Amino acid sequence: MPKLKYALYTGCTAKESTPELLSSTLAVAKKLDIELVDLVEASCCGASHLQDFDEVLSLTLNARNICYAEQRGLDVITICNTCQLNLVTTKERLDHDPEMRAKVNEALAEFGLEYKGTSQVRHFLYALIDDYGLDRLREQVTQPLKSHNIAPFYGCHNIRPSHLHHKHNAPQPELEVSEGGGEVSYESEEFLGKYNHHENPYAPTSLDELIKALEGNTVDYESKNKCCGFHVDLQAPETSNALSGTALLDAIDNNADLMVTPCPLCQLNMDLKQDSAGKQLGRDIELPVLHMPQMVALALGCKPEEIGLNHNVTKATHLMYEM
Amino acid sequence: MSMSTQTKNITIKAFRFNAETDYLPTYKTYEMAVGKDELILDLLNRIKWEHDGSFSYRRSCRHGICGACGIKVNGKPVLSCKQNAQDMIDLFGDELVFEPQSQKRAVKDMIIDKGDFWEKHAAIKPYVEADVDPHPTTETLMSKTKVEQFLDADYCIQCGGCHYACPTLEVNDKFFGPAAFAAAYRFAIDPRDDAAKERLEMTAELGQGVWDCVKCNECVEACPKEVNPFEKITKLHNMQFEQGVAERNVATKHAEGFTRSIKKFGYLDEQDIVLYSEGLGVVKHLSEALKMVKAGKVHPFDVMKKKMPRSEKLDEIQTIIEKVQTSKLD
Ligand code: SF4
Ligand code: SF4
Ligand code: SF4
Ligand code: FES
Repeated sequence: MPKLKYALYTGCTAKESTPELLSSTLAVAKKLDIELVDLVEASCCGASHLQDFDEVLSLTLNARNICYAEQRGLDVITICNTCQLNLVTTKERLDHDPEMRAKVNEALAEFGLEYKGTSQVRHFLYALIDDYGLDRLREQVTQPLKSHNIAPFYGCHNIRPSHLHHKHNAPQPELEVSEGGGEVSYESEEFLGKYNHHENPYAPTSLDELIKALEGNTVDYESKNKCCGFHVDLQAPETSNALSGTALLDAIDNNADLMVTPCPLCQLNMDLKQDSAGKQLGRDIELPVLHMPQMVALALGCKPEEIGLNHNVTKATHLMYEM
Repeated sequence: MSMSTQTKNITIKAFRFNAETDYLPTYKTYEMAVGKDELILDLLNRIKWEHDGSFSYRRSCRHGICGACGIKVNGKPVLSCKQNAQDMIDLFGDELVFEPQSQKRAVKDMIIDKGDFWEKHAAIKPYVEADVDPHPTTETLMSKTKVEQFLDADYCIQCGGCHYACPTLEVNDKFFGPAAFAAAYRFAIDPRDDAAKERLEMTAELGQGVWDCVKCNECVEACPKEVNPFEKITKLHNMQFEQGVAERNVATKHAEGFTRSIKKFGYLDEQDIVLYSEGLGVVKHLSEALKMVKAGKVHPFDVMKKKMPRSEKLDEIQTIIEKVQTSKLD
């Protein structure tokens, strides 16, 4: 199997308030011999808020982000659900709206850039599962997570809207070029089917499968595909606390001793706000919340300090002792 | 022969409840063989006709247009008369759970009290408000571009699927909800309409308006008519800025603040955006801020922003913002 190589779009959070996400992502890539090229020219994706203020600006900045991956001839890997959705929303728009594409490309032309639509954009979670493969991953596990009950928290923007998820996060079928030169399989029923492959937004499985591959016990609980409320935390903290607190308590009541999520915004909200959510809901909440790559790195034998466990607010003390 | 042409044996667990006599709901189990062309509505009928005549649910048109027959199957909002049953079996396996759209509003079995939905729908003024000549001599024509601006918002059949899937509404009674927003957009964008500003003001208000949406996309997923309410919510945000309706508050400053930050660093200055959006209100984040400092997530004494990451080719980003940005917040 050829070496996997991607352009890494880190987003802001991994370079700021969740440095542990970046260090653990790089640690996993190193262990698995995956090459990640940091898109150093990239800007913030707007975190789903910039588009509310100025849509064309959001599309242009994100097209520029994708351009730098296209220039390098690489597909993009994201490590934040919201980055993922913002980039694919841009891609979807520019791939299907020639007028908007022309407008955006006009602004980019000044810097010798042109959005072409040649790079795929996927979340690291799905690259691990579909490109690297869970069977291969299983073979690399040196610290099985056997003693842990891990609650997967999927985060909205990877799984919804599902038509975007399936089109972009799912592995792309090989494009068969028919005799006339047209693409055949791209339009095939299986590819465009709403719930093909493994992720049904009402009963997602990818994170569960990942946990199992690392020999952890998955916690089945109703809130796993619900929203954490992060995006209204400033203007409506009660909403945000109610949603994150309910999900955390649901996991706790189903015997979780860890939660794991592929989204750093969910992680921040669920990790940082346990006291205020607990106060609002009238119950104590204490549950360490890991980033998906932190969990993988631990199972691959990385040390707590390599993956920034000290940066998690609710400390996974039991993990630190074990390792 | 492919699997999907065969009959499948399944178990249905149906939510049973009568608000007049029951304190708690129960789930009753029904076994049946489901043919490949059967709809969820056919299965509801069969429960009633073959098992229990008292089983209650709403339906009328059976053509996906009256919006009466929405329920949840294994948590997924569906329009019973449009949803193929074997597709649900493919998705969820051979145990299907039938529940009303909202359990806390259940009246009898699948039937709910949809009063809150209709109240919010009415509040948004779901009709064109205009001085129309009662005896026009010519037709009012609409251009193709104008029609395209409706963005499928007028396909809404008020089934309530999105409304009762919305987590914000679950915890905030004041929130208008996705269907009302889709309607607000549909009429605010109508070139004949005179009440756009009023609707934009209603949807700009904190608590009830679009700024309280958690952006979960449950409404997009729920809609059987591809209305994509979340897209309309984004449009309403944009229109608030374009038409000068947006007032300076924590939410609008937050959206606008991204440009300010990206201009400086290429990245979002996470500390600054909270400070900027909240103003003096920032004190309420103090205990969380301290936790972040303790965990080494933020650097309070980094006045020169040395720890702040910066994009390479920042000048490109700055030029783009200067040239492309059209919205502003006064
Ligand atoms: S789960 Fe949280 S961070 Fe993730 S998309 Fe929903 S609100 Fe945003
Ligand atoms: S995206 Fe907004 S309106 Fe739609 S369901 Fe989520 S919170 Fe409700
Ligand atoms: S937007 Fe869609 S889901 Fe919501 S009420 Fe209208 S038709 Fe139903
Ligand atoms: S019965 Fe009218 S929409 Fe289903």
